[in-house]
Amino acid sequence: MADENNTDEREEEKISPWQQMIDNPFLLLFIGVAMPTVFYTLWGVMEIASLPVAPY
Amino acid sequence: MAQFRQCPDTGLFFHKEAENLMKANAVAGVVCLLIAGILALLVVLTRWPAVHLLPADTFYMVLTAHGVCALIFWVIFFEIAILYFAGSTLLRSRLATPRWAWAGFVLMIVGAVMTMAAIFAGKSSVMMTSYVPMRAEPHFYLGLVIFAVGALIGCFVYLGTLVVAKNEKTYEGSVPLVTFGATVACIIAIFTIASGAEILIPTYLWSIGYISHIDPAMYRLIWWALGHSSQQINVSAHVAVWYLIAGVIFGARPMSEKVSRAAYLLYIFFLQLASAHHLLTDPGLSVEWKLFNTSYAMYLAVLASMIHGLTVPGAIEVAQRKKGLTNGAFEWLRKAPWDNPVFSSMFISLVGFGFLGGISGVVMGTEQISIIIHNTIYVPGHFHATVVIGTTMAWMGLTYLLIPVLFRRKMIMPQAAKLQPYVFALGMSLVAIFHMAAGTLGVARRHWDMGFAGNPLGFEYPATAYLLMGIAGVGGVIAVVGGAMFIVIAVGSLVFGEKLQKEAGLLQSFGFPLADSAYTDEKPARLPMAPSEAVEAHHDESSFEAPGTFILAMVLLVSFVIYYFINWKYLSEVWGLS
Repeated sequence: MADENNTDEREEEKISPWQQMIDNPFLLLFIGVAMPTVFYTLWGVMEIASLPVAPY
Repeated sequence: MAQFRQCPDTGLFFHKEAENLMKANAVAGVVCLLIAGILALLVVLTRWPAVHLLPADTFYMVLTAHGVCALIFWVIFFEIAILYFAGSTLLRSRLATPRWAWAGFVLMIVGAVMTMAAIFAGKSSVMMTSYVPMRAEPHFYLGLVIFAVGALIGCFVYLGTLVVAKNEKTYEGSVPLVTFGATVACIIAIFTIASGAEILIPTYLWSIGYISHIDPAMYRLIWWALGHSSQQINVSAHVAVWYLIAGVIFGARPMSEKVSRAAYLLYIFFLQLASAHHLLTDPGLSVEWKLFNTSYAMYLAVLASMIHGLTVPGAIEVAQRKKGLTNGAFEWLRKAPWDNPVFSSMFISLVGFGFLGGISGVVMGTEQISIIIHNTIYVPGHFHATVVIGTTMAWMGLTYLLIPVLFRRKMIMPQAAKLQPYVFALGMSLVAIFHMAAGTLGVARRHWDMGFAGNPLGFEYPATAYLLMGIAGVGGVIAVVGGAMFIVIAVGSLVFGEKLQKEAGLLQSFGFPLADSAYTDEKPARLPMAPSEAVEAHHDESSFEAPGTFILAMVLLVSFVIYYFINWKYLSEVWGLS
């Protein structure tokens, strides 16, 4: 067990902190959903929703 | 206890449950491709002006079915198979919650059948986009929602498998690049499916009368977060397949893992924003929204694709040069295994996606020059280059790879298999190029009769436009022949191919489990971390490591610049100044 822990520590040393961060699929999932939701969907919905309605 | 078998040829480990799910999803995808291909022939023979096969109402029904079956069902079934392969096989892990994965598969089948039934009943000829206020039958929308729920379950089973693999320490270090690419595809899929639910559930309620009105502008905005992003899943997944095939065929390793992963990260940040280019001519959306999402964000996603387009052939070149193929700039490419359909499919996919799909995509994503080809048949020309030459040919190459490895059958008709990628690529390139050319002359997309016969506001296209559509028709027929060759070889191999393992019976080709004797309870050895030496340490600053690839990249760049400015010249001629 001790060997396994040491192996894990060695692996983490080999992987840069940056790569350890992008190894987290749930962080990537958050970014991958938040970016288009904010810049494409919400921004677009706000623009369309704020259009004045044409008089009949 | 999880059961695994090891492929004796490749050393890959297959978890029993994951293996069956991969087969079932891949076979379902190929069935969808078969249906889409038959429908494609009918579309081609109708849009070919000299043939003009179908009556108008049947044409719109067939075109709707072709779009949904090819652009949604075929690619997503196959992508789920790829996710399970990347999560389970490449990480040497058991699949998380196989029962949920089967439930997802069943939902996808039910949804696909329901939607196709609605279309073929004849009252849902609303095209894949199903723009409101056109109203399809309720089960058209419901089927798509059910299919999407099934696919969403598949995505979360994949994410669960990543967690299982991490917790059970089935691999050292980071996940392999191919799995990382599949993860990006999975993330884009989740946003895509969520967007689909946002718009298709209200539209379903509208179709049954619970909602009185769906705003068409709002519908288009949110629908394209589904419609375009679904094709971005393909991009991420087929780039992962390029890396996989380069690794399997050549033993090639990415030129730089960091650069390739950074390119994938650009996809996560920016790729889905490119959906905005479908709305460049829509009123109601500001110039700021359009320019940010296309001219800024989309170009960063294009940059990522250009990085992959450079590093994949670059990795192959480096691997080939290490084997002694160092004469001139292109010996590595000349002596590549062009008669191996796994490689030829993959490389044509890469070149076609970059030169035809990529360059035309940037033109369509530029607000000013997009206007001259908007809603013309240029658009189908573009996406047949990206989704068919790019994605479908990558899937075909992967299928040729997996027939012996996953299905344990020897491929039948090897001579035809060598030829098939070239036949399909020739036909589809003609379709893409000549549709884009006809679109530049203004030929409308989706229209049954380009001559507008009997229409009081008819339009007389130049004779060249008819010629271009005729050549595209010939190309379409050639492509259908190439597609039929693929189906015959792939399905024929599963049914009649020589068994490479005695347990690989007929039913086992279609998702039934192999006999227990094929598996062991022994856990696969931990996947070792990629040696850093092979990745980056050999970099030599004194010379290009991949000069041939650099030349190819420059050819792409020059082609892009010339074509880009040609389109600006076309634009300058639209409205003459006096």
